[in-house]
Amino acid sequence: MTLTAIIFAGILTYFTRMTMIALISRDMLGDKIKAVLEYVPSAVFPAIIFPGIFINDFGTFIEMNDPKIFGALVAVIVGYFSKNIIATISAGLISYWFLIFVVFS
Amino acid sequence: MLTKKQIFTRGMLDISPHMLSVIPFGIICGAIGVELGFHPYLVYAMSFIIFGGASQIVFLQLLSGGASSLVAVASVGIINSRHLLYGAVLSEYLEKLSFVKKLLISYVVVDQGFAESNKFFKKNRGEEFLHYHLIGTGCTMWVCWQIATLSGIVLGSFVPEELGLKFAIPLTFIAIVVQDLKKLDHVIVMITCGLSSLLFFDAPFKSYIIISPIIALFVAALLLRLKK
Repeated sequence: MTLTAIIFAGILTYFTRMTMIALISRDMLGDKIKAVLEYVPSAVFPAIIFPGIFINDFGTFIEMNDPKIFGALVAVIVGYFSKNIIATISAGLISYWFLIFVVFS
Repeated sequence: MLTKKQIFTRGMLDISPHMLSVIPFGIICGAIGVELGFHPYLVYAMSFIIFGGASQIVFLQLLSGGASSLVAVASVGIINSRHLLYGAVLSEYLEKLSFVKKLLISYVVVDQGFAESNKFFKKNRGEEFLHYHLIGTGCTMWVCWQIATLSGIVLGSFVPEELGLKFAIPLTFIAIVVQDLKKLDHVIVMITCGLSSLLFFDAPFKSYIIISPIIALFVAALLLRLKK
């Protein structure tokens, strides 16, 4: 029963991946649409970033002094100047851990 | 001209730093599935059949919370509908491939792979074997995701929950978009998307994940019009 649902969810997910790649040709997208599509990374990823920072596991807003906000700010600053993915992630995690384990404990 | 192997390797190298957040997250996903009381084989089957990070957790949480299969399947479809946007961007670079190759390569399109391959594609438009970069990012992600979720299923949550490693996911995406903060138009689009995602967070079926990008792309279209 659950397996059937998983298979349907998998087929649906595969279709989201395949549809635009396999069934759309370049001529179907005009220059204007292509110019807008340049913004896709900036238009999609904040929808993963913002809730990941500002909303907790219970689906409610965090306090404005939550360590995650500080960790994210550190990650933005380190990422901006270092242009390094590992440095960005580590800086965010380490500053977050510093606050929860050292400062707030 | 770079060879297929060189481009494939570039893809692997370009996505590998993201494994710092993907692997702990995969372990957590596997462990949560078993904790929620699902059969280990089913939890693993999802990594193979759905192969879609957060959507796998949502699926199991909905089912264990008593939601119908229909609701769970629909939610996975909506969460993953963002791939339609990735596909629209990638289609330009994958156009020359045969239909069968397009069908195969589609299976490994993931967020971080799309982001890194898209950056590579923009800089190397002239290369003949561009798509090997996407295969490189996708396969690296696939292998790591399978191993990580399997470890979580077998070993349980051996990653201490207090570490809050789920927080590594927003950080990985910060690393992807942070250089675009140099461009004001991108900053406006990002803030629009981010604020919309918080505003619509409670919309049914987790649809904030596709509603907010659509709003942000409308704003991007307006900005393009203003620029002219």
